[in-house]
Amino acid sequence: MAKFKKTKVEIEGKWQERETLVETDDLARWDDDVRLEKVGKPHTRVDGFERVSGTARYTHDVKLPGMLIGRILRSPVPHARIKKIDISAAAALPGVRFVLTNDTMGDLLKRGRSSLFETTVRFEGDEMAAVAAVDLQTAEEALALIKVDYEELPFVFDPAEALRSGAPAIRKGGNSAGEPSVYRRGNVDAGFLEADVVLDRTYSTSAALHNCLETHGAVARWEGDHLTVWHSTQNVFGVRSQMASALGLPLHKVRVIKEYIGGGFGSKNAAGKYALCAAILSRKTGRPVKIMLDRREENLAAGNRPQAVIHVRLGAKSDGRLTAIEVKSISGVGAYGEGSPPITGPARELYACENVLAEEQGALTNTGTYTAFRAPGYVEGTFALESAMDELAAELHLDPVEFRMKNYADRQQVRDLPYSTKNLSEAYTLGMKKIGWEKKRNLRSQAGTKMRGVGMASQLWSGGGTPPSYAIVRMNADGTFDVITGSQDLGTGTKTVFTQIAAEELGVAMERIHTVVGDTLTGPYSVLSAGSLTLPSVGPAVRMAAKDAKDQILEIAAEILNEPSEKLQITDGTIVSQSGSRISLDDVAQKVGNYMIIGKGARGPNPEEYNVNTFGAQFAEVEVDTETGEVRVLNVVAAHEFGRVINPLTLGSQIEGGVIQGLGFGLFEGRVMDRNTGKSVNPNLEDYKIPTALDVPDIDWNAVGPADPIATNIGAKGAGEPPIIPPAAAIANAVFDAIGLRIYDLPITPAKILDAVRMNGGRV
Amino acid sequence: MSVSERRETVLKGPGKVPVALRVNGVDYRIDIEPRAFLLDVLRDELSLTGTKKVCDNGQCGACSVIIDDKLVYSCLTLAIECEGKEIRTIEGLSAGGQSDPVQQAFIQEDGYQCGFCTPGQVMAVTHLLEHNPEPTLDEVKRGVSGNLCRCGAYPKIFEAALAAADLKRKVKHG
Repeated sequence: MAKFKKTKVEIEGKWQERETLVETDDLARWDDDVRLEKVGKPHTRVDGFERVSGTARYTHDVKLPGMLIGRILRSPVPHARIKKIDISAAAALPGVRFVLTNDTMGDLLKRGRSSLFETTVRFEGDEMAAVAAVDLQTAEEALALIKVDYEELPFVFDPAEALRSGAPAIRKGGNSAGEPSVYRRGNVDAGFLEADVVLDRTYSTSAALHNCLETHGAVARWEGDHLTVWHSTQNVFGVRSQMASALGLPLHKVRVIKEYIGGGFGSKNAAGKYALCAAILSRKTGRPVKIMLDRREENLAAGNRPQAVIHVRLGAKSDGRLTAIEVKSISGVGAYGEGSPPITGPARELYACENVLAEEQGALTNTGTYTAFRAPGYVEGTFALESAMDELAAELHLDPVEFRMKNYADRQQVRDLPYSTKNLSEAYTLGMKKIGWEKKRNLRSQAGTKMRGVGMASQLWSGGGTPPSYAIVRMNADGTFDVITGSQDLGTGTKTVFTQIAAEELGVAMERIHTVVGDTLTGPYSVLSAGSLTLPSVGPAVRMAAKDAKDQILEIAAEILNEPSEKLQITDGTIVSQSGSRISLDDVAQKVGNYMIIGKGARGPNPEEYNVNTFGAQFAEVEVDTETGEVRVLNVVAAHEFGRVINPLTLGSQIEGGVIQGLGFGLFEGRVMDRNTGKSVNPNLEDYKIPTALDVPDIDWNAVGPADPIATNIGAKGAGEPPIIPPAAAIANAVFDAIGLRIYDLPITPAKILDAVRMNGGRV
Repeated sequence: MSVSERRETVLKGPGKVPVALRVNGVDYRIDIEPRAFLLDVLRDELSLTGTKKVCDNGQCGACSVIIDDKLVYSCLTLAIECEGKEIRTIEGLSAGGQSDPVQQAFIQEDGYQCGFCTPGQVMAVTHLLEHNPEPTLDEVKRGVSGNLCRCGAYPKIFEAALAAADLKRKVKHG
């Protein structure tokens, strides 16, 4: 039964209150003492063969009969007013089927929306026009033939500069991307007065680019007035509603499909303008149209973790108790960004402190618009807060972990609720032991020019998931099952864990189950795959759907066996009664035939009286070459709390991947802008440095804590984002331990290490 | 490529020219532009879409294929240069729907996440093991160092390469 109810949900670090239809979930929790056969065991992926054989079909691989290739004309300059666009030469090129501008678009957009393209372009890469042609080469040639007459305008790309008076105005009303988000608890002024030590520091982080290996893109095809869009996305239902809304179509006329996706990391949560262009070009030409961004476009216009400046002020008593936390951030959210990533999230919650002031300000800049990027805000905010905590620990002559334990938060302080579980202290203890904390700290051990050190940082993130999400489990006439949801598998192993959950509940082998995701037509609604939401949101619905199907099977079996259904269970594909009578599932299926058993499951509400979170800590050991400035990460111990582990094999992959991406953010990655032209100088995989095989440290990953007894009927929490949160801070702290110098600006490049050494008179 | 070969290549075109390619043991006769890169020809003309386009500029390794025993980036290789050569792509490893030992090892060790770089990684490991059947961990790392993975599946790719070496040995010794 579903009822309307107000509930609070946390998505990508931001709280929203929603009035929602609440589904009842009265499934008994899997208690820790229940023996589970499929859940909790390492399972290889159910779609492993597709992934290793080249048969997995990505949006990039979709090829339809008669399909045209679309390309987008993008601004070569960071800021300009377009005076005129002449498409005559492009339109006349043989093989070109349509050139799309505001003038040729017609009335395909929903009434009230006047234009598809901006008439003032606001970053290098902003869309100006699009073409569809018989092949990529022709489309590229057509772009080169479009003549744009524009008047260049002054630009600004540094977020702090953008907010100063006199900065070039990017939109009417100034460069503030909305009102700052401000959070106050207690009285920070009083807290700082009370403090024996006050630390005041400014940290900065670079704009990081997702660089998904599959670029953003979509294929659009019309059949009559029904639109099908293949979209490389983390959010098929979101893309459906956005496409329908932009084109003024009812939802049932738009279908969105995402079979496989070559990376998203938060940048593919919404319908892209390229998808809208593909749909309009397809309508105009009567042919399917495919638009995939190229690598340069991916770097310029497909989202980013925005460049940020983070001011941290901490006050503490000499015994190590925090009396005040103040964090203020400015991030450059690009030309069309709104708000700010939740950079101060960790400061609000991670440590017990009565007096907190947190302020986030987004600044418009002449750069590509920001999007979520795996733990948005928390990665940047944790670097700043955990670096500052490390510095303050040193000032107080306390061990960094001891200092954190002195300020351990037992309750969620923003909502003033207990946590459903919190075992961060266990993560600290395990991490210290495994990295060799006591032995390796403060060594300043030196071999030639190389010095080693260890550092650590904490992780806080949501991960409890949210309603609504639904699943269907169908039994086929041969006793096999289809598990169907409108969720997405980003390469995290979603299909595999859903299969495990369904197999567990149904009491059948995983091979009997085929799990389908990523299609709005076949699957019931599921939340977007972002914010570590997928497993804790959709997994409980899958379990409930399997339970519903199982109950129906048992009722039929009860009639056949002439036994009450409560006394039956399914084990290894056989229905067994307590009295010992049995019938195989195959026989039941044969009797049922094509009368289909359909189980339905829904995600129940989140608990009202508890806050559900993930926690963790990472410990890094680094080697710093004081002659070359190079930092090598040797070892990382990651200990995280995710509740019940459904699949240790794929969980390990998530953690290792998060550590490696976090290492990239800490040491290598950053968009570099040219001050004179306002253009990016590294929009490619050669100059924008992502970690390679040779940069990878030994990673020892660990899951701590029990299954969450409160969160959902599966007790598991999301693991996508937590592992990327602490690495940069842990590495920065390890660098400090190694050479006694602190780097305040990410990434920690060799040049910054050498500068710091030079500024210190060459001493380390 | 010798000077005379190069001259012959230059003389082809303009416009589409007939080219004979041998891919995964199958002979194809197609008409393509002389400027066409092997990657685009594999994907667009032959519908062999397992080989991926990521950077299209020789920076990432996603388009790796094996040509006459050499691991090459197909995005930097002109298709017309490949006449008379033996081209192997990811599709060639699992003919008949059966995964080979390298593919099995990637599945077993979870040597992928999103899977987009995986065909290139599998080709790189295949090439490595054909030339060095018992690589050390360091040799594995160097063997796949030209193949970027944004998900950070590297540790398990290394495990997969080492496991593949074991599997291949077992297959060889029955």
